Amino acid sequence: MNGEIATIFAMAAQPFTAATAGEGDFLRILLLQDFNTRVVVAGAMLLGAVGGVVGTFLLLRRRALMGDVLGHAMLPGVAAAFLATQALGLDRSLLVLLLGGGIAATLAGLAVIGLRRVSRLDDDATMAIVLSGFFGLGVVLLSVVQASGGGGQAGLEDFVFGKTASMVTSDVVVIAIGGLLVASLAVLFFKELRLLCFDDAFAASLGRPVMGLDLLLLSMTVVTALVGLQAVGLILVVALLVIPAAAARFLTDDLRWTVAGSSIIGAMGCWVGVTVSAAAPGLPAGAMIVLATAGLFVVALLVGPKRGLLPRWSLGRSLRRAVGRDHLLRSMLECREATGNAEITADALITNRFWSTGGLAGLLRVARRAGEVIQIDRDRWRLTDRGEIEAAAMVRNHRLWEHYLLAYAHLAPSHVDRAADRIEHVLDPVLVRRLETELGALVDAGSPASPHPLIEDPSVGDVGATGGEDR
Amino acid sequence: MTMLIADWQWGYDGWIIVITSLVAMTCAIPGSLLLVRRQSMLGDAVSHAVLPGIAIGFLVSGTRDGGWMLAGAIVAGLATGMLTQFLRGLGGVDRGAALGVVFTTLFALGLVLIVQVADSVDLDPSCVLYGQVELAPLDVVVWSGIEMPRAVPWLLGVLVVTFLIVQVLWKELLVASFDPATAAAQGARPNLMQQVLMVLVAAGCVVAFEAVGSILVVSLLVAPAAAARLVTNRLRPMMLVAMLIGIVAAIGGHLSALTVPGWLALETTDVSTSGATAVFATFLVVLAVLASPQQGLFFGVFYRLAFRFRIAEEDLLGVLYRREVESRGLGQSTGVHLSELGGGGPGLAFRGIMRFAAIRLRWRRFVTQSGLIPHPDQIQLTDAGRSRATVLIRRHRLWELYLAGAAAIPVDHLHATAMDLEHLANPELLASLEAEAAKGERDPHGRVIPRD
Repeated sequence: MNGEIATIFAMAAQPFTAATAGEGDFLRILLLQDFNTRVVVAGAMLLGAVGGVVGTFLLLRRRALMGDVLGHAMLPGVAAAFLATQALGLDRSLLVLLLGGGIAATLAGLAVIGLRRVSRLDDDATMAIVLSGFFGLGVVLLSVVQASGGGGQAGLEDFVFGKTASMVTSDVVVIAIGGLLVASLAVLFFKELRLLCFDDAFAASLGRPVMGLDLLLLSMTVVTALVGLQAVGLILVVALLVIPAAAARFLTDDLRWTVAGSSIIGAMGCWVGVTVSAAAPGLPAGAMIVLATAGLFVVALLVGPKRGLLPRWSLGRSLRRAVGRDHLLRSMLECREATGNAEITADALITNRFWSTGGLAGLLRVARRAGEVIQIDRDRWRLTDRGEIEAAAMVRNHRLWEHYLLAYAHLAPSHVDRAADRIEHVLDPVLVRRLETELGALVDAGSPASPHPLIEDPSVGDVGATGGEDR
Repeated sequence: MTMLIADWQWGYDGWIIVITSLVAMTCAIPGSLLLVRRQSMLGDAVSHAVLPGIAIGFLVSGTRDGGWMLAGAIVAGLATGMLTQFLRGLGGVDRGAALGVVFTTLFALGLVLIVQVADSVDLDPSCVLYGQVELAPLDVVVWSGIEMPRAVPWLLGVLVVTFLIVQVLWKELLVASFDPATAAAQGARPNLMQQVLMVLVAAGCVVAFEAVGSILVVSLLVAPAAAARLVTNRLRPMMLVAMLIGIVAAIGGHLSALTVPGWLALETTDVSTSGATAVFATFLVVLAVLASPQQGLFFGVFYRLAFRFRIAEEDLLGVLYRREVESRGLGQSTGVHLSELGGGGPGLAFRGIMRFAAIRLRWRRFVTQSGLIPHPDQIQLTDAGRSRATVLIRRHRLWELYLAGAAAIPVDHLHATAMDLEHLANPELLASLEAEAAKGERDPHGRVIPRD
């Protein structure tokens, strides 16, 4: 039993072009020059694309891990189908095994839904229990298969880890049929599935059969997982359902584009994984497909235009800069107002806003490059004419908002500065004009007076009123 | 035992059960915490994700040294928790998807690594995935004078350490599991507790990999805890019950692996104990779902039915009593024929239940058959039944009195409400109703409130 299971690894490790192994063959693989290569690559890419489509809906329905449950749950079905064909003396055919797996996965899906209904256990627990129960049964049946001997059980073990290498044209045809089925269901029920994913309560109120749609999604997942068994095996098939969909979420918010992006990422991941495993002997294809897709996920996580870390970081950075520049200009004008001196030292600015020395230096540098301040000598700075106009507008917005809060929100004068500090950057001209009309009687046409002392004494201080975003 | 199973050997099968039980007990502790935190699938994820850790442990040490494997697995478990947290927090990925991305990637990495090391190291990779507890008793050491499988002292050590860690951090783990916000406010550091839990889960996965394999460990993490959750509401009893259930699963799993193939007339006896243990553990959960005293389906249905029958009996007694009062002095029959109840007064249950209630009442000597030609459906009260009915009617009218007074319910709505409330038999409630009775001898409809 021991050695026999160990052969799985040997086979999982087998690259599918073992016959043509060699250094110069990488180009051949890359250019799809062999028929066998073309078959395998086509099958794997098709699979990745279908997984991406179904996975998007699963992810948005917050059922990403159902793929994991269904994948694992296929093992007893496949093993039972194998035992049945053996007992009946039939030839082992892929379709029968897949049918067994499909039945088992459907039962598992229904078991999760049922267990959730009748017990107080949460989603996670029901999924974990069903998964382990089915997989345990699968392991039992697998040990029966191995103990009973007979030829061809090795093929059964391929389902656990997948064996892209063994893909032949008929397998690709199976994948294509399954994929087409799932894809056409997704197109046909796109509107309903979208509604289900984003607002199931609304869908129910419109009279859409939410339970039926969930079952539709479940069966689409089962079909995808079934055809995925061939390539990545039942443990990792969840990766094809989860990773591309999660990656596509970083790219766009539009569901159509998410589906498209997810299927492209899935297909790309499968292609890269298959190619790498073919070129480098000893790398199992199923695992390489997952790792390649995960690589694409990391790329999307970093640079995805919608939620990627780098775009978000740079957006945050430019926002922080704009806010800092506004604060600097206003602070300089306020210092001048308080002291009457146009030449302002960095110390005065720091007293005004509690900037860090380094942060202030950076802001001043940026403002100087923009031509808004001039450096007089090492420590003293002055607003340019342009800077003065900008600063005046900023001070005006700030104080208009302060007066508005005083007059309408009835805040204490000591509490308005901080609120205005946040809002001043986003006051558009229309809003400013409305504030001017509303407050016409309270503020004069020029720059209104500040309702609170400008340079706070830190020892007395309402420290929270300053500080703000520039730490 | 020896009589039941032909080739049972205490020195072999006994140790298998001991090893699986120890694993189950070790897993039950973090498993219970995972369950109450609604993070069971995290257990599944970690059990897959420790694979690269174990493989790297092999790669570094070159041996099947437990310490290296444990270290590698703990690092991998922590990485799973942190990466998932990172993807959820910074990347804004859905929780399930974040788990899915992390553990499949780590598992694939582990698969690649294991295939690489499988040739060079004396490592049986199938053991990692399916577990082979059948082989564990063959590898023996002598420890404190007793010859035992090498796994046993090792498992005992991990169990004791796990137990001690949970014991020391009990309050922090408890508050962090049920109310992270309060925990943070009290300085119990819920994030640190999450990491501690990850370490415990990873340790459980490593010890389990000998016994049930890295995939089925989720079964021992979740199933005993879930079954225990269904029979108790408190965390500490839940952990103890989960440990017991784990032991039952270990025994049942091994016994069924030995016996069930025989019942099914399979010639093989070489059935995986690991798989059978997982199936048995799931079976125990299903059993708990059906038969748990507090939340089980079976008892729920039973209690509802029993309550319904009691209501039917009391309603029937009420009907008979009222008929007696109505017909007093009129020379009519004081009995009731069940067919008269068909239309049903308010709250009367359907006829089948009524007939059953009549049979039960007759059996308890509360009613007898009446009429010239005795018929089971024609019944009247006995003396015992009359005094029982008096109690019920009194309760009904006291309720009416109370509702009319305290709750100011209109007179024409009293009867229906009292019809429902009269079945409540809480002694304290009845006592306060009796206090209400001091106010009068008649109910709001003007009927006498009978004394029992």
